Amino acid sequence: MSLEKPKSFQEIILRLQSYWAAKGCAIMQPYDMEVGAGTFHPATTLRSLGSKSWAAAYVQPSRRPTDGRYGENPNRLQHYYQYQVLIKPSPPNLQDLYLGSLEAIGIDMEMHDIRFVEDDWESPTLGAWGLGWEVWCDGMEVSQFTYFQQVGGHDCHPVSGELTYGLERLAMYVLGVDHVMEMPFNDPDAPIALKYGDVFKQTEEEYARWNFDVANTDVLLRHFEEAEAECEAILAQEHQDPKTGKRIIMVHPAYDQCIKASHLFNLLDARGVISVTERQAYIGRVRALAKKCADAFVLTEAGGYAA
Amino acid sequence: MPELLIELFSEEIPARMQRRAADDFKKLMTDGLVEAGLTYEGAAVFSTPRRLALTVQGLLAESPKTSEERKGPRVDAPEKAIEGFLRGVGLTKDQLEIRDEKKGQVYFATLVKEGRPAAEIVAEVLEKTIRNFPWPKSMRWGAGTLRWVRPLQSILCLMSDDAGATVVPMDVDGITAGQTTEGHRFMAPDRFSVTGFEDYAAKLRRASVVLDPQERADRIWQDAQNIAFASGMEVVEDQGLLAEVAGLVEFPVVLMGEINAEFLDLPSEVLQTSMKEHQKFFSVKNPKTGKIERFITVANRETKDHGATILAGNQKVLSARLADAKFFWENDLRVAQGAGLAKWTDNLENVTFHNKLGSQKARINRIADLSVDLAHMVGADVEQSREAALVAKADLSSEMVYEFPELQGLMGRYYAQAAGLAPEVANACEAHYSPLGPSDDVPTEPVSVVVALADKLDALTGFWAIDEKPTGSKDPFALRRAALGAIRLILQNELRVNILSLFRTHLARHGCADDAVAQNLLSFVFDRLKVFLRDDGIRHDVIDACLDMPHRDDLTLLVKQVRALQHVLSTQDGEDLVQGFKRANNILAQAEEKDGVEYSYGADRKFIEDPAETQLFDALDAQEPLISAALEGENFTQAMDHLAQLRGAVDAFFEAVQVNSDNDIIRRNRLNILSRIRHIGTITADLTKIEG
Repeated sequence: MSLEKPKSFQEIILRLQSYWAAKGCAIMQPYDMEVGAGTFHPATTLRSLGSKSWAAAYVQPSRRPTDGRYGENPNRLQHYYQYQVLIKPSPPNLQDLYLGSLEAIGIDMEMHDIRFVEDDWESPTLGAWGLGWEVWCDGMEVSQFTYFQQVGGHDCHPVSGELTYGLERLAMYVLGVDHVMEMPFNDPDAPIALKYGDVFKQTEEEYARWNFDVANTDVLLRHFEEAEAECEAILAQEHQDPKTGKRIIMVHPAYDQCIKASHLFNLLDARGVISVTERQAYIGRVRALAKKCADAFVLTEAGGYAA
Repeated sequence: MPELLIELFSEEIPARMQRRAADDFKKLMTDGLVEAGLTYEGAAVFSTPRRLALTVQGLLAESPKTSEERKGPRVDAPEKAIEGFLRGVGLTKDQLEIRDEKKGQVYFATLVKEGRPAAEIVAEVLEKTIRNFPWPKSMRWGAGTLRWVRPLQSILCLMSDDAGATVVPMDVDGITAGQTTEGHRFMAPDRFSVTGFEDYAAKLRRASVVLDPQERADRIWQDAQNIAFASGMEVVEDQGLLAEVAGLVEFPVVLMGEINAEFLDLPSEVLQTSMKEHQKFFSVKNPKTGKIERFITVANRETKDHGATILAGNQKVLSARLADAKFFWENDLRVAQGAGLAKWTDNLENVTFHNKLGSQKARINRIADLSVDLAHMVGADVEQSREAALVAKADLSSEMVYEFPELQGLMGRYYAQAAGLAPEVANACEAHYSPLGPSDDVPTEPVSVVVALADKLDALTGFWAIDEKPTGSKDPFALRRAALGAIRLILQNELRVNILSLFRTHLARHGCADDAVAQNLLSFVFDRLKVFLRDDGIRHDVIDACLDMPHRDDLTLLVKQVRALQHVLSTQDGEDLVQGFKRANNILAQAEEKDGVEYSYGADRKFIEDPAETQLFDALDAQEPLISAALEGENFTQAMDHLAQLRGAVDAFFEAVQVNSDNDIIRRNRLNILSRIRHIGTITADLTKIEG
């Protein structure tokens, strides 16, 4: 182990980026929409479908309105970052590649206890599931490691290997910080040193208040219905574009609406206006959209369709 | 004789599946080998998080040659029949033998199966085992089609004898068997080659892998006790956790850490649950204070700093977890001591119990009403029963139970105590879920009994009212368990309640007035009762014999009668008497059918011909009132004893007397005597239902 310990949150992100870039992944940028987890990025959800090979890594800002704690809880946030890696087909040495990434961010395998503990992953909203582990470092969960078996109701063939790192938690552990807001965001020796709290404390407060008490639920509900209808309407279009004469299936625009519906549901949930029984019904509606998008994606070139 | 060694090396196998997988692996392999003619002397199987390993000793080097003879058609049989036979045995006509039999000349075929080398058979059986392995959940990976619990990385398959070791040539989905494996993932990751099981186990040990799960568990437990003992502490035993932890490591290293002082006042169950569920830690108790003060974690490696970094990390994670638990506990206590548990119960208004059965709050109100009814019936404190029912589920709204659902009930007890409620009420919060499993303790405190029973009866009647009964293997609302719980609560506490009228009253609270529903639920409960009593060694026909009695809706009485009948049937007198009763019943039934009348009255001593008849009259006159009185007094054992005393007279009667006498008057009189036997045999229990 010759690598120096990283000094800041962003250095950990940069090291993961360089590591996975060196391992041949396309380093993508975050998806430009509100999502609950890195899995929702089309680079994962859609690209895990079909027969084409794929390798991508990216940071994804993720929003979970119900987890908001006004920036007071040491490790709960309504907005946080995930680092996501998706490789299809899953390479035989994926575990070793993953462990290499931990070394790259300064976790010394000689001193720590790394464990792969059974954890089956399921996303009812995406109609997806897989088998794998949560990875423990000294008893702390630092990543999710999943072999996708099904996405959007489709069997995955070949199977994608997915790695998800909860960046704040992982970085807090590596940097030895107890409260997320105290974590150095950039180099602590920089002329203008910023902590995580300098960047996000205020936004956590603002969003927590809005998520829990202010968001207009009538508007949210209406937007949910609209997103659902638009998604279906897009997918109902003829495959043949009457203007260009090309075969253009508009999966990504439709999937955007599915992502929207999913996030709107999360907001409604945080506002406490969805009862236990309604919850299942809403999840089912989002899943139905995800499935339709998956059905459409496998009919496109990126989804392995050959005319 | 050769020895076989197989190792299936994979990515981490879930701990809970390892033991079963090892057993399945051994069984599928050895059964397959034996079926192909390869017998062996002994076999042993081992598992670690990354491998299943099997060794088979004293295996035959090849399967024995076998020959089997098949008789065919006659030589002069139609050509089609002969052709069919040839196709069946896969031979040509000139390979058949002709033998002279009594009916003429017949073709015979001799099918010879040559012996096959063991390696060939092993390869076949192993491939089949891998492809059909019964994992509870399996997956695909990469671009392959093979399924395994997690990606299968390598196969070691070796036959060895005095001459040396050879790899069994085989390949499954691109994984070719070899003679190498890997050591511990972090401490000795290099691949190495082995020559047989002994060499394999020894080299693994040098490569920091303890192959035998039992050895790992023993070592963990031993080290844990030693390390705790050295500080004057005790490890809280937990076999399930021990087995799980032994399945998470290949090289166990036990480390003990302290629980931060600020968390020591949390209820010990909370500490234990949080540490076990989230961190897989053992709890360590200080015998002087009786409190959980430390924890033991099991790491999968040694480090230069003797685990200091690992322990510090674990301690930090635990503190974060317990900080959450403490936060919940303090918030909950504030509610319990301030607004009280009623506030939580009110919140349950917004929690749906079931779509068609309303909210948890509605359910709680029904349980409270039923608890009041029951308290009156069984003599429990009515006010306490009502109060207990109203707060028993309050903790479902607490933050602690939201986080740790398995603490429901227990937290209710703590919070009821904190709210200053009576101990009977607090205890009922925890006890009213009991009994859960068939071996779970049954509550005995009257208030707890009442609420526990009301809880189960409400679930049963509710789901019956909306027609959501268990079917086949489907019982999503655990109604069989609820019925069994109700049965055990009634029987163990000898409660005297009429279960059918309870069903009727409570179905009405669910808005169901259909008596057929109550009757249907009753027969469901009787079915569960049969299953329960069968496990207790009681025959189903004995139960059937008691199910038509007028007091059957009182399960306590019913079961007393069942037990008395079972007991009397186990005696010679009882068994013979049932035979005599059946004989009487058969003769009567035939005569009644033939004559078109019912013989039920009027046996008269003046038509007696034989002393055996007098004896039977005397016996019936003597025992009948005693039986009736015993039944009246609900003393079934006594009633059955008196019944058994009829045996001598009944036997002697059948011995000496022909019922169907030529004299019609005498015949009728005797039939009327038989009807007295039948009558007694049906008021004590319906003996016609007894089999055999």
